[in-house]
Amino acid sequence: MSDDLPTIDSQARSAIAAAGDLAALDAVRIALLGKTGQVTALLKTLGSLTPDERKRVGAEVNALKTAISAAIEARRAVLEAEALAARLAAERIDVTLPGRPDRAGTIHPISRTMEELTALFGAMGFGVKEGPDIEDDWHNFGALNIPSHHPARAMMDTFYLDAAAGSRPVVLRTHTSPLQIRTMLAEAPPIRVIVPGRTYRSDHDATHSPMFHQCEGLVIDRGITLAHLKGCLIDFLRAFFERPDLKARFRSSYFPFTEPSMEVDIAWDRKSGEIGAGSDWLEILGAGMIHPNVLANCGLDPRAFQGFAFGMGVERITMLKHGIPDLRTFYESDVRWLAHYGTSPLAPVTLHEGDAR
Amino acid sequence: MKFTLSWLKTHLDTDASLDAIAETLSAIGLEVESIADRGASLAPFRIARVIEATQHPNADRLRVCRVEPGDGAEVTVVCGAPNARTGMRAVFAPPGSFVPGTGITLKVGEIRGVPSAGMLVSERELGLGDSHDGIIDLPDDAPVGAPYASWAGLDDPVIEIGVTPNRGDAFAVRGVARDLAAAGLGTLKPWAPPAVAAAGASAIAWQNAYSEACPWVVGRTVREVRNGESPAWLKRRLESIGLRPINALVDITNFFTIDLGRPLHVFDVGKIAGSALTLRRGAGESFRGLHGKDVTATADDCVIADAAGAQSLAGIVGGEATGCDETTRDVFIECALFDRVRIALTGQRTGIHSDARQRFERGIDFALLPAALDAATAMVIELCGGTASEITEAGAQPDWHRTATMRFDRLASFGHSTVTPDRAVEILDRLGFAAVARDAASVTVAVPSWRNDVAAADLPGGSALDQHGGLAAATAEAARLGARTIEPEVDLIEEVLRIDGLDRIEPVSLPGAAPVPTASLTPRQARTVRARRVLAARGMAECVTFSFLDRATAARFGATPDTLALKNPIAADLDQMRPTPLATIALAAARNAARGLGDLALFEIGPAYRDIAPDGQDLVAAGLRAGRTPVSWIEPARPADLWDAKADAVAVLGELGVPLDAMTVTADAPAHYHPGRSGTLRQGPKTRLGWFGALHPALCAELDLPEGSVAFELDLGAIADPKRRRKAAPSLPQFQPLRRDFAFIADATVTAEAVLRAAKGAERSLITNVALFDRYAGEKLPEGKVSLAVAVTLQPREASLTDAEIEAVSAKIVAAVAKATGATLRN
Repeated sequence: MSDDLPTIDSQARSAIAAAGDLAALDAVRIALLGKTGQVTALLKTLGSLTPDERKRVGAEVNALKTAISAAIEARRAVLEAEALAARLAAERIDVTLPGRPDRAGTIHPISRTMEELTALFGAMGFGVKEGPDIEDDWHNFGALNIPSHHPARAMMDTFYLDAAAGSRPVVLRTHTSPLQIRTMLAEAPPIRVIVPGRTYRSDHDATHSPMFHQCEGLVIDRGITLAHLKGCLIDFLRAFFERPDLKARFRSSYFPFTEPSMEVDIAWDRKSGEIGAGSDWLEILGAGMIHPNVLANCGLDPRAFQGFAFGMGVERITMLKHGIPDLRTFYESDVRWLAHYGTSPLAPVTLHEGDAR
Repeated sequence: MKFTLSWLKTHLDTDASLDAIAETLSAIGLEVESIADRGASLAPFRIARVIEATQHPNADRLRVCRVEPGDGAEVTVVCGAPNARTGMRAVFAPPGSFVPGTGITLKVGEIRGVPSAGMLVSERELGLGDSHDGIIDLPDDAPVGAPYASWAGLDDPVIEIGVTPNRGDAFAVRGVARDLAAAGLGTLKPWAPPAVAAAGASAIAWQNAYSEACPWVVGRTVREVRNGESPAWLKRRLESIGLRPINALVDITNFFTIDLGRPLHVFDVGKIAGSALTLRRGAGESFRGLHGKDVTATADDCVIADAAGAQSLAGIVGGEATGCDETTRDVFIECALFDRVRIALTGQRTGIHSDARQRFERGIDFALLPAALDAATAMVIELCGGTASEITEAGAQPDWHRTATMRFDRLASFGHSTVTPDRAVEILDRLGFAAVARDAASVTVAVPSWRNDVAAADLPGGSALDQHGGLAAATAEAARLGARTIEPEVDLIEEVLRIDGLDRIEPVSLPGAAPVPTASLTPRQARTVRARRVLAARGMAECVTFSFLDRATAARFGATPDTLALKNPIAADLDQMRPTPLATIALAAARNAARGLGDLALFEIGPAYRDIAPDGQDLVAAGLRAGRTPVSWIEPARPADLWDAKADAVAVLGELGVPLDAMTVTADAPAHYHPGRSGTLRQGPKTRLGWFGALHPALCAELDLPEGSVAFELDLGAIADPKRRRKAAPSLPQFQPLRRDFAFIADATVTAEAVLRAAKGAERSLITNVALFDRYAGEKLPEGKVSLAVAVTLQPREASLTDAEIEAVSAKIVAAVAKATGATLRN
């Protein structure tokens, strides 16, 4: 009987090699190693042998079984790999087909700039104040050293609303400066705040909008000087325009609520549009030391406290930074414009990431 | 204010370049708005003589001119002008010159067989006017070979500066010259009025019945004048800055308005009724002003009246009836000091803008009146002849004298300036602030009569406090005294720093901020930023829209109280403060849809207005989706629906810390929403967080919004401040959660929210989530019934659940839902 073993072995190996798929291979396995399989049958005959023979033949049959099992598993691995390859080939798809569509949302450039202002002035210790768009004329004018007869008041093109009989005239704030007043009345110095917000003037053309945005700044303490005003604004402008060497100049001017007052220009190149260098100048913001009357109107003694204030047009600095040509487009909400100039919500203003967009 | 360089040089002795002057003006607060230097573009054009003009041999309309362009040379020019003639003086453009009116650079050429080397030009070709009448025809005494621009006075650069409201003194060529001299750009020429030989009483006497409006007025008559055209120099001077010459007497008043900043007025004595002019309050009478319009004077306005009535609106505009013309024989010159506040208020009331008003309302020189009157008188006599009377006056020069003191150390402690005391005193002196006392620590100066912006607290219309009504008396008084002390000093520091140059102050970075900055936004402010990011991250485009819109549209979105209507809207469709940003977003969406861009998702976080009180403004996040989702081959595009809007709103609320489990929805959104497809988001019984839903179809139709547009509005102010709390350790059981599904049949009126809430509450220790995964109503169910299928997640904590335990909790869920809603398990 032992003569049969090599035959069985060789027949088994042929059958395994001939199995063309996993089902055929399984049939071979069952025929050999199943309950009624050929090898299983051999094992069942061992009980009729003498102990010595049983030991010898048993070892041979078990060796055969192990060898056949290994051959089956080897063949199975090959067949499985082939089957997987066939499946993968059948599943091939045109990967240039578009993915699931998503609508990309955007942050408006005005909000973006306001966040940049918040971050940059925040790094210099400024907090952010907000206040009502509808103000009485004391907060908007009187407290800011602009009496009713003042030519500056007529120049502001103010929008008026109906006030209750006997109360002060009510206006849409013409600047964010009323928040200087509200802040001084609410808090004791040291004060270091910016006020980004909506402002209104009755003027509408290519370079004026009846609604626009300003960012006010206010710094009050003992010992704040004009040099701090200049340092603070130059520090800001260099960071905002990302030009560490940006040139700025300060020209004397007049605002009723500051003295001395000044306009700040930054260098630019008229031809290339480059900001920060060049032989031309661009007016960028107004500033000055807080007028003693403004401090006194809010109960601060100008002998003890001094400071500075500034104001800039949010749209203006945004237009300059990004080369946006037309002011009116900011408010038209044309979805194509919003997609073009808007920024990603996933790239918020952070000082550590930089201004990456 | 405009002036020419040559005019400036009548007051300023300087050899500074135009560029240096312009740069200095802008630096010291007299910002240059424009410089027109016509001389530069006209430089090639010279005066020439036409030696002979003959008919062109080959063209009827052309002439051949032999032209002498100066220096004895001769050129031939072919000319088509009908007025080209032998012997005339014309303006010649040599080859190579750029002709501004045509944009062409001339070349030597040949016209119909005759060579032509240059061109005789017209005014239009030089860009000087529209005259078609042919080439410029100059008088015979025009010097051949001389540059045309300088002969015609066109090479005088015109400088326009913006004068700030505080600098009435800079509304004068002399005032500008004084500032430039102080800034080191030359020397201010001395000025004194020529002596006037005055004899006899004035034919007209001043009477003053309104001294609050006019503390002091002077005047005099000049008899036997011959009024006519002004001489060329005066006409050219006025024309160069855009003023139209009228006649000599009027031109003289305009000259001094600009030259000294001293408005004057001339009356024709022959047209004045009676022998007095009276300053008095208006009495509602009307008269025709010199600006060609009728003026009505109220009792607050100051008029100058004769026996027949008001003839002039004092300090603003004169009257036509008493104006001077060629027939004037006797002239009365008015030189008055008007109260700046009253002029400003009358000016605002009447809306009349004039050079006189502009100067009076900023304040003019208190002391200059007699000198200016003499200067004007002398010029009248020089140009028109005549004899001057004595001066008539009413009132007196007000006491404008005052001093101001500056401590030298304040230049550093306030301005961080390194200017020395000597330099500071010198600057002030050059500006006219003479030192009256000086020691090591400070200087006291006398404020000149023309600087009513310095130490102005005691001047009428000068610096005044307007302190907050709620200040404690002692605080207010200390602050008032402080301002009284500090303001004059700051006025002087400003003068020193602006002349010395603000650019000379070394910048210093702000001290004292923490090395690691603290948050600049309050937690409440930071929420706005986060809400914005959430919505943008959900694919919406942020807009910024106007706070006002047309009232009718506004009313479709909420209340439009009269108090929130603008009294002076810039346009009829921008007249009402918006009740919600959704109103203006809807208009923006409609605009986009009209352009064919109707698949959109817009949002804005901005103000909504309830009333005019400082707290009558809410911060609202509003969004609108319209049209369809983007097309795709994977799944069909679908229309935006209210579930998108609800998800937008809930995403914001979740991000801002609203516990979503505790939030409820009620079906009572405002009228701009579809009444059956909108809801109110609530937190607890009282707090209304906002709304969402489909917009009302009628509204969509009205605004041309895509039908089916959906929207939400959230009142960010209604969201409670986030609480900073340490989180408890999370529960992370080792056992697998398991899911059991239940389908309930309920009355259609039963809300999904009620079913979910009941299921979730059935066994809180085990149920971690209940999600609705199917809703069915239709033919397989009885009328009025709905099937709601929920997936319940059970989370075992101590041990795996036995079948019995699962059965028990399932029974509890079914019972709880049945109890709360009457729903039964579907079989």
